[in-house]
Amino acid sequence: MSELFQLLANGLVTGSIISIGAIGLTLVYGILRIVNFAHGEYLTFGAFMAFLVNVTWGGHMVAAITFAIALTALLGVTLEFVLWRPMRNKGAGIISLFITSIGLALVVRHLIFMEWGGQPRRYDVNVFQVYDLGIFRLSLSQVVAIAVAFAAILLVGIMLARTRLGKSMRALSDNPELASVAGIDIDRVIVYTWILGAGLAGLGGVLQGLVQTSFNPNMGFTLLLPIFAAVILGGIGSAYGALAAGVLLGLVMELSTWDALAGGIRAVYKPAVAFALLILILLVRPQGVLGKARTV
Amino acid sequence: MTPALATIFTSVDFWTFVGVVAGIFTIFALGLQVQFGFTGLLNFGHVAFMAVAAYTMAILIVKVGWPMWASALAAIGMAMAFGVLIGLPTVRLRADFLAIATIAFGEIIRLIALNESDLTGGPQGTINLRGAGTAASFNAEWLSFQNTVRDWLEKGFGDVSRDQTMLVIIWTVVVLLILLLQFLVHSPWGRVLRSIREDEDASSALGKNVFAYKLQALALGAALGAVAGLFFAFQFSFFSPQDFDPLTTFFAWIIVILGGTGRNWAVPVGAIIFGVIFAGTRFADIPFFDTADQAFLRLILIGLILIGLMAFRPQGLLGKREEMVLG
Repeated sequence: MSELFQLLANGLVTGSIISIGAIGLTLVYGILRIVNFAHGEYLTFGAFMAFLVNVTWGGHMVAAITFAIALTALLGVTLEFVLWRPMRNKGAGIISLFITSIGLALVVRHLIFMEWGGQPRRYDVNVFQVYDLGIFRLSLSQVVAIAVAFAAILLVGIMLARTRLGKSMRALSDNPELASVAGIDIDRVIVYTWILGAGLAGLGGVLQGLVQTSFNPNMGFTLLLPIFAAVILGGIGSAYGALAAGVLLGLVMELSTWDALAGGIRAVYKPAVAFALLILILLVRPQGVLGKARTV
Repeated sequence: MTPALATIFTSVDFWTFVGVVAGIFTIFALGLQVQFGFTGLLNFGHVAFMAVAAYTMAILIVKVGWPMWASALAAIGMAMAFGVLIGLPTVRLRADFLAIATIAFGEIIRLIALNESDLTGGPQGTINLRGAGTAASFNAEWLSFQNTVRDWLEKGFGDVSRDQTMLVIIWTVVVLLILLLQFLVHSPWGRVLRSIREDEDASSALGKNVFAYKLQALALGAALGAVAGLFFAFQFSFFSPQDFDPLTTFFAWIIVILGGTGRNWAVPVGAIIFGVIFAGTRFADIPFFDTADQAFLRLILIGLILIGLMAFRPQGLLGKREEMVLG
């Protein structure tokens, strides 16, 4: 039984990181119609910005996380102005933007490779500190990741539900035409969406780097497909859906290795479980779990 | 010691290698041209067909002891079956969902190749097909075929290298395949595919079974991907799961978009430009960058080309703007 609790705890850690990554992706998808394949690289960028502060400059992890969020948000906004806005003004469609984002992903990932190389990197944190909570054990990194992730999810949830900006984002994501005739300043909301989405991606990258103990520039890309799965399961453009689906996916991925389930699958197939679940659900609901049944 | 940039572009061996790489990728990208260029299917898991075919052939030759030609045919059949299998649940999906679902399929295939070591040789690749410790090889029969062709070529042209023989074989196949595709595209069948690309609802209103046509396009594209996979396996005599990561699919996309979406003869043009970038950054000594950095530089360059094409020439070098299908 203790194995079950341990897997549930691990699932919450994985799931909350997927959720954090999925919020930005789903909002950008919903508002800008960009299937941003470079989103995984935003996570990687965040992880290496924190590495810069924490290891290269010897700073505290809290400073590192703050720096990573700020710089990744800045990256997101900069790319909006130099790439996405000009592309939109040229009238680029969803497929053109998707392929552009693949190009962007290649550029960002390999610039990071060029600077930091492919060897595994780790943060300067105590990896031997483990908390035994009776029914399961969590490392310090896992505790930090789960606490920070849940705090971030809660804050973002409140922001989206209560603030004017959050409501504008959801309205825009739900129906851009209607939102714009209702007087929402689209360009302003778009900039804030990138700040929120990219900033959270940066945070997710640092947290994943912490719980993985070591990471290289491929880390974000490895997480991208589970994050996409969460976005589609949650219904494109729905931040709440992405949050719930992310945690659900994390739990399913970890629990699939449980011995009691016909021996469980091997841990290496955890990503495949997320993909299989995605394909299975798309079979039943081709428009996504919470997506509206409309043909596009 | 890698040669300097200037000398490499005058070397026959360099251009032969570019030609071989471009030929393999032409066949690979032709498959995508059928699926995306003519039918409008966003297949981002194309590399899976290459992987399935290469592995099927190698396993049949090494583990089952089948002759090469039978294994190669079975491999193409297997890839087509996978095309249909992947298509059944996914071709009804919205374009963007289809893209993500197919990437996921490709990754599942790669994960299986990586982790089912008993079947595939695992991370070290086909060299371990007989288990670790004994080096397995699947291309003895191919090499003897290639030597037959080489002897025959040498009667007419004097000294011919192994790579040059491969070049002749691959480009003969490329030309035949393009002629076949030209015929198919201008047949009634091809017209239905293009009508699906332009307006799916209109074609189904005219009584065409859109679902079946899409599956046929996927299977034909898979067969082309499979042929490319077989040549890839023969040329490099050995392969491993990392040869089939999503990047390889993106290479095919670059080639199709660079050349021109929906035009068969544009594919080899895109593939040759890609081959020059691919091989040029691999063998030439570029100032200020060491070998590892050059690999990264190549991918940065490829990324920038993709972005640049989408921004300034989305129809590709030879594409027609009015037939441009990038929505």
